Amino acid sequence: MKQDGVDKGRRRILTGAATVVGGVGLAFTVTPFIKYWQPSARALAAGAPVEVDHTKLSEGQLLNVEWRGQPVFVVRRTEDQLAQLEEVRDRLRDPDSEVVEQQPEYARNEHRSRDPEFFVVIGVCTHLGCSPGYFPEVEAQPFDPNWRGGFFCGCHASRFDIAGRVFRGVPAGTNLVVPRYKFTDEDTILIGEDEEGMA
Amino acid sequence: MSYNTEKAQGGLLGWVDARFPLTQMWREHLSEYYAPKNFNFWYFFGSLALLVLVIQIISGIWLTFNFKPTEAEAFTSVEFIMRDTEWGWLIRYIHSTGASAFFVVVYLHMFRGMMYGSYQKPRELIWIFGCLILLVLMAEAFMGYVLPWGQMSYWGAQVIISLFGAIPIIGEPLVVWIMGDFLISEATLGRFFALHVIALPLVLIALVVAHILALHEVGSNNPDGIDIKKHKDENGKPLDGIPFHPYYTVKDLVGVGVFLVFFSVVVFFIPEVGGYFIKYDNFIPADPLTTPEHIPPVWYFAPHYAILMSIPDKLLGVLTMGAAIGVLFLLPWIDRGKVRSIRYRGLGFKIALFAFAAAFIILGYVGTQPVTPMTTIIGRICALVYFGYFVFLWVYTAFDLEKTKPVPERVTS
Repeated sequence: MKQDGVDKGRRRILTGAATVVGGVGLAFTVTPFIKYWQPSARALAAGAPVEVDHTKLSEGQLLNVEWRGQPVFVVRRTEDQLAQLEEVRDRLRDPDSEVVEQQPEYARNEHRSRDPEFFVVIGVCTHLGCSPGYFPEVEAQPFDPNWRGGFFCGCHASRFDIAGRVFRGVPAGTNLVVPRYKFTDEDTILIGEDEEGMA
Repeated sequence: MSYNTEKAQGGLLGWVDARFPLTQMWREHLSEYYAPKNFNFWYFFGSLALLVLVIQIISGIWLTFNFKPTEAEAFTSVEFIMRDTEWGWLIRYIHSTGASAFFVVVYLHMFRGMMYGSYQKPRELIWIFGCLILLVLMAEAFMGYVLPWGQMSYWGAQVIISLFGAIPIIGEPLVVWIMGDFLISEATLGRFFALHVIALPLVLIALVVAHILALHEVGSNNPDGIDIKKHKDENGKPLDGIPFHPYYTVKDLVGVGVFLVFFSVVVFFIPEVGGYFIKYDNFIPADPLTTPEHIPPVWYFAPHYAILMSIPDKLLGVLTMGAAIGVLFLLPWIDRGKVRSIRYRGLGFKIALFAFAAAFIILGYVGTQPVTPMTTIIGRICALVYFGYFVFLWVYTAFDLEKTKPVPERVTS
């Protein structure tokens, strides 16, 4: 052992070892502080499916129901509205629902639903999460002189057709999300659950 | 070291000075901090920003006495403060007006820096600390805006947090992590409250201290953009400098007086400022199922929001908006010019800076308006001008295209 002067090698090893051990300890300590931000068990449990009685809907009407704290639109579409689907096709970004995460397989069709008449969709804009407005009329709108009916998000002017398919040239990049759902009987739609289980 | 200073004093001050550098700090930062004697109107806004920070901290502490960060009570507790506590309306309007006032003085303060080249060498770090202050201030203001839990609070939060969802792969989990739920909820409100009243103010104060320390290390710039330390008297004091105290403390007090007149007019007569300072929809309690027809940002975020809206792609829009702030950090290295002040810079610089400021203001207007094809076009043009300024400035200075005027040796009146 050296009495005078410093053993630099030994000091370096000690400094290095202390830094590594301290760093690992810090990483472990930081983890709970970061994980603490995650949804609580209560928030995770609040995801139960919701039943909707669609017989109350008249033709062309939209029903806004809450599922997992989000607005879900149930629209009973008219023949006329369905006829517009072909009409707007070439103005859409993803007319054939090729982005598969946006809907269950049974909604990967032109009308994006199980039953052409009933359209179920999460009413949250795929751009930045506003809830788009429902503009069912086929008439010129300030935001689109050639409007064929559908959804318009006032926040950043994203437009979607009556099947929630996004138009080209708007900030939203993907179609509105269709949640899992099924018809439990003639009158009832169950949102949040289908044959494959809960969403 | 204080023990062997040449003039050790007696009395209480001497006792303290032997244990804490009180007199030394007073001298370094006030009575013997020499600031250029030619400060003009534009130099009020730094001290005013400090004043607003103090106003916000005090009024904010008072508001926390009664504010309850829960979904059920947030909105009603703010209304309780407004109606049922003594002078609560005043404290709340001081705080809400202070938020806007903060951005008014900070934007003007930054514009001053751009005009007189205060970001140029050797003041790069001052500028960077300043940009960080702006960034933290934006987060602070955003989170504060969420707390009253009105419709604008809720949907504004929804939009801003969703911005993070644009990041590939980690975007969606990140959004859930920030919100602490699958939607904006009490979990979000609670953490925003904590961050707004504790975490971010601490960071802000630390950054302000760093900003001022860095400033006092290199010394203040001035409207002539010249170095006053080049000409000193026999005592080593800059000939063109005057002690900050009493000269600028007193001068700044005049600025404080004028500022408080404007501030009071807003607080007492027009606290909402036509919906620009407080949105009317925010007097409606948050409703997670109904988005207000039009979600305009508060005015101080409107320019950045307009840039976001002008890009028809989510990720690119978010990146562009981020770049609008990020590019400010690079300004000291984008500007290769050797002349600091607009007074002696080329005509191109003057025109470009004017265009930049105009674009920023127009973006701010466009950002608060409902989206139409017209606003989109105007927004795109102004966004181009905004970024164009930095491109132009680099080309203009790096390739020596700028024709500058001769810079004086000493400050002009």
